[in-house]
Amino acid sequence: MSHHPLRRMIGHASGLLLVLAACDAQAQQPVPAPVKIGFVTFTSGPAAASFGIPDRNASEILVENLNAGKVPAPYNQIGLGGAKIEPKFVDEAGSAADQVTQYRNLVERDHVDVVVGYVSSGNCLAITPVAEELKELTVLDICGTPRIFEEKPRHYVFRVNPHATMDNVAAARYVLTKMKTISVYSGINQNYAWGQDSWRDFRLAMKDLDPKATVDQALFPKLFSGEYGAEISTLLTSKSQIIHSSFFDGDLEAFIYQSAARGLPQRVPLVLTTGETSVWRLGAKLPDGTIIGERGPHSFLAHDSELNTWFRKTYVDRFSEPPTYPAYDLAQSLLGLKSAWEKAQAKKGGARPTTEEVIAAFEGIEFKTPSTTVRMALANGHQGITDTAYGTYKFDKTENKPTLVDIMRFPAECVNPPPGVDSVAWLEGGMKGAKCD
Amino acid sequence: MLTAFAILTDGLVYAAYLFLVGVGLTLIFGVMRILNVAHGSFYAYGAYAAAVAVGVYFDAGLPAAGGFLLMVLVAMAVGLVLGLIIERGVLRRVYGRDEVVVVLVTYAVFLILEDAIKLIWGPDSYALYQPLGVTGTVDVGGLVLSGYDIGLVAFAGLLAAAGSLALKRTRWGRLLTVVIFDRELAAAFGINVSVVYTATFVLGAMLGALGGAAMAPKISVTLGIGVEVIVLAFAVVVIGGLGSIDGAFIGALVVGLCRAAAVHLVPQIELFVIYAVMALVLVLRPQGLFARAQPRKI
Repeated sequence: MSHHPLRRMIGHASGLLLVLAACDAQAQQPVPAPVKIGFVTFTSGPAAASFGIPDRNASEILVENLNAGKVPAPYNQIGLGGAKIEPKFVDEAGSAADQVTQYRNLVERDHVDVVVGYVSSGNCLAITPVAEELKELTVLDICGTPRIFEEKPRHYVFRVNPHATMDNVAAARYVLTKMKTISVYSGINQNYAWGQDSWRDFRLAMKDLDPKATVDQALFPKLFSGEYGAEISTLLTSKSQIIHSSFFDGDLEAFIYQSAARGLPQRVPLVLTTGETSVWRLGAKLPDGTIIGERGPHSFLAHDSELNTWFRKTYVDRFSEPPTYPAYDLAQSLLGLKSAWEKAQAKKGGARPTTEEVIAAFEGIEFKTPSTTVRMALANGHQGITDTAYGTYKFDKTENKPTLVDIMRFPAECVNPPPGVDSVAWLEGGMKGAKCD
Repeated sequence: MLTAFAILTDGLVYAAYLFLVGVGLTLIFGVMRILNVAHGSFYAYGAYAAAVAVGVYFDAGLPAAGGFLLMVLVAMAVGLVLGLIIERGVLRRVYGRDEVVVVLVTYAVFLILEDAIKLIWGPDSYALYQPLGVTGTVDVGGLVLSGYDIGLVAFAGLLAAAGSLALKRTRWGRLLTVVIFDRELAAAFGINVSVVYTATFVLGAMLGALGGAAMAPKISVTLGIGVEVIVLAFAVVVIGGLGSIDGAFIGALVVGLCRAAAVHLVPQIELFVIYAVMALVLVLRPQGLFARAQPRKI
């Protein structure tokens, strides 16, 4: 078959014209202004390695893939409602006063549309009133103190990830199911909002579930103190059957090195509510039998889904290690914001939503994440709840990798207070309304 | 009885830790009158370098004794290099300036060195767990003590004795003592104060790095470890008297034992007790337990 040269030339020319026309049409489409997001996490200091870096890593891959429209459905629309995300990263290291200054800089100097971040409960408590004052939409990320929304209702602040009450109620339920009865237990927690709240919630949950169990030692070493010889001696001479700890970062790892060398976790099982963040670094140095939490059903305990498979693969391909729960927490925070933003935008007929419209859409929203489903069920729809799980650590010597065994899952309504009830009131009232079946 | 024994052993271990991190700081202040905030960085660099080098050594399955020797050598090398660079490159240019200016300069050096850690070793944490394993444990009535901790106490004790003797019995020690008492008079008698300054700063940096290397097996070597240590080191040397090695030793012992007693008996005041001791000493003896009262020069 042959073609006439003139017809071929006309064909090529019309093809070229079509391409040019398409390009022109695309060029004339208004490009939505980017959504500026300030991401705040520890990129220096003792909490960087186990929390800040996975958090930052997750924000990098998510922003990059959301902007390219490569995240699986239902998150395959570019950026937030078609507007690309323009990230600005800020280090969370420094005092709470420093963080307030940095936050004001993000809002007033850099004019970010949303702030997503914060690992430290102390920083979250410091930032929250400033966010309300500046009327800035803020999604708190990893910090776990329940006080954020229980001290006062908030309008501009959201937290997608569940708070510390869930971790500690689930820990108590796990321990008592696994060990049947506990007569004496102790705790070692960092001496600030996170450690104190975690211990209070665990102690109250234990009191509800096993009223005969008594506390022997309640230790609160200084945050980042690094040397735990005296605390380990105190726990070694105690008759405790379990030791609860919400230690994280370098403190957790230093405590494990020092206590394992003196045989403490081999003698008394540790219950580490944030233990998963360090299992890849500790490996065989973390004794088998340690009870591990992930503050949700994340890394080891995540539900299978296309989104989770994509998230894990993308993370491992980029950073050569699996994502730990701080990475999952960031994914939940950002995807929660995206869900609310796009819901608000759809309601507005595709136009860019205002902060108030995003807030209205965010309140009470339910959305899928790589590991589970989040429901913004507490604090007038500003605080998320999820199911959670705990497991017991076992280092797989043949595969040379950490694993969790004896996994137990707990529905969200089993381990979180019901809407309208403060966590302490719920725990002191015997966890009424908990649905664990 | 077991609690009393635990308080004693825990107190000694904590005191050893405090002395190791504080002795270099007090030496530098004693001779040079510089409150060196960058001392926390010497500790951190010693810990990082030891964690990496000694970790590789143990992973190669080489004899344990060599690992401990390497730990000391690596720390000395790090201290030597950092000390020389900072003293010759930075501090030399601000001698004679107001003390506050010099403190701010060392703070700036500290911030630069903290960021340089991220460039050299990255943000991840390092573990040097092998020395804790090879030194074993001792069980005393159900209280398991770490062999490494016992070694740490012995090492700190030896270092204190050696430092004190070296200051009092050796020629270099006497030269240092002269400079500590009166720099101008020392210079007038022909002592090369400039060389003494360099040697002291380098020695102080080596001791700081040695403190970090010695603590590396017990901690997670991670960003920010130098910040925490510097506050405690200041508290200890202020109690003992800035510039006194004997004072740093006694200050570390007092703080270590008080803190251990607090953790065992009244854990709520564990943090308070360190600074309460410091405040009490400053009220009763503002120059610290061992520093001599300074005569005012007219």
